[in-house]
Amino acid sequence: MTATTLFGLCAAALVGLGLYGLIVNPQPLRKILSFNLMGNGIFLVAAVIARRGAAAGMGGDPVPQALLITAIVVAFAASALAVALMLRLFEETGACSLSTKSDPASAPAPAEGGEA
Amino acid sequence: MKIAIDAFTIVAILAGLFFFVAGTVGLLRFPDTLTRLHALTKADNLGLGLVVLGLLPQTDSVFAGLKLILVWLLVLLASAAVSQLIARTARQPEARP
Amino acid sequence: MSTTTHIGLVLLLLGLALWITVARNSFAAVAGFIAYGLLLTLAWLALSAIDVALTEAAIGAGLTGALLIGAASRLRDVEASAWAERPGATTRALAALISTVAAAGVAVCILKLPDPGPTLAPEAARHLAATGVGNPITAVLMSFRAMDTLLEATVLLIGLIGVWSLAPDRVWGGRPGLTPKTDPNGALAYLARVLPPIGIVIGIYIFWVGADHPGGKFQGSTVLAAMGLLVMMSGLRDVPAVRSRWLRAALIAGPATFIAVGAAGAFTSGAFLAYPEDFAKPFIVVIEAALLPSLAVTLVLLLSGPPRRPEPFP
Repeated sequence: MTATTLFGLCAAALVGLGLYGLIVNPQPLRKILSFNLMGNGIFLVAAVIARRGAAAGMGGDPVPQALLITAIVVAFAASALAVALMLRLFEETGACSLSTKSDPASAPAPAEGGEA
Repeated sequence: MKIAIDAFTIVAILAGLFFFVAGTVGLLRFPDTLTRLHALTKADNLGLGLVVLGLLPQTDSVFAGLKLILVWLLVLLASAAVSQLIARTARQPEARP
Repeated sequence: MSTTTHIGLVLLLLGLALWITVARNSFAAVAGFIAYGLLLTLAWLALSAIDVALTEAAIGAGLTGALLIGAASRLRDVEASAWAERPGATTRALAALISTVAAAGVAVCILKLPDPGPTLAPEAARHLAATGVGNPITAVLMSFRAMDTLLEATVLLIGLIGVWSLAPDRVWGGRPGLTPKTDPNGALAYLARVLPPIGIVIGIYIFWVGADHPGGKFQGSTVLAAMGLLVMMSGLRDVPAVRSRWLRAALIAGPATFIAVGAAGAFTSGAFLAYPEDFAKPFIVVIEAALLPSLAVTLVLLLSGPPRRPEPFP
């Protein structure tokens, strides 16, 4: 099994684990962690595709690798926004939870989890 | 000559690995924060130092070797400061932010 | 790297990912995430993506880890009550089923990738000399796909505005974060005095050397941002108020320069973000030098969060 296939299958496992954690964990912080896990799995798939495009003296196709750099930076910005949302929710309600059972009647919140 | 250099690298890195393992075992088995910090410093100072020492003959230029030593010195600085902070917080749990 | 190293690396990655998903304590999960990020750096190296490895170590493991540690420490007290809302066994079984299907789908796609893989590397190599830089990734980021980099800088700014918009009305325009407890003789203040000069030199070095070797402005600006964060966390300098003009000017200087150079290219070379023939490198250097401080300030502010202390008008 070559390195690219091995890391590709690892990426598939990371996507699966991230999706499971996203659905099952009730805390928003854990959902953000699992979402980052899923994102890293997809980045690994892109890196595998870049590695398989090695030619012309380079170790990998530079275009997907450059897009990966962009992706990692934008993923951090998205995580920062998600954490800021979560901390604001914590400041307003005093508990960090996405459940609707304990909401005050005047401001019902949506019951979906995950990232914005 | 190359065999001697490679043998030196392998011996130094194995010695460094021994200290890393010792530090990790200490982290997992020691009873409280201060003793665990003590174990971790072995990994940072001696472990990383021996690994860097073993890698120095393998570099192609003096500049690359100096960069490796700079990495080790920066890790020393950061881990010393962070160990101080963790130890201070561990001694005063009521002052935790 | 040999196959055994790769297999060991993959096993460690999957083990840590499992830990992150099932660990009870959120702080432990975040610690696992930082270790996972550093191991992912080794995975990028195994796939010969050195620039990506630098970015992952700096932003993926470093900054994201710092962000999540800050969040986890603030949420420490409400941990137990949130854990009680775990879904029942049926939901978990269904989630496991969906996750397995998704993972199997990605695995099938990986195994069915065309062989030999299509690649743009020969095209990039052919036009590399015209851009004047030696690192193909910098050439792709700043010349072939400069539009993507411009949009990325803009997205970072929009994300920052989104973070700022979460401030309560009464503290709008104020300073992010709590008032720091300063101990001018403490270990953190010592570190914040000794490390930033070294860090700034390293950051600018990584940025400058990115023209011909692995590196570049994203990695360099992250090191600069880390030094700024260290100074603010130690209390030597306070976080700037969101209202201050120089802060906003520093934030938009980078993308504004990028857009200006692009517009100039529209007039002189016929297309937005086109560089003149054989004169591309000075333009690239100007854009990168303007983006470096803007990116560093943006990253510092993204990590600091929305304003929480009111700032009186002068």
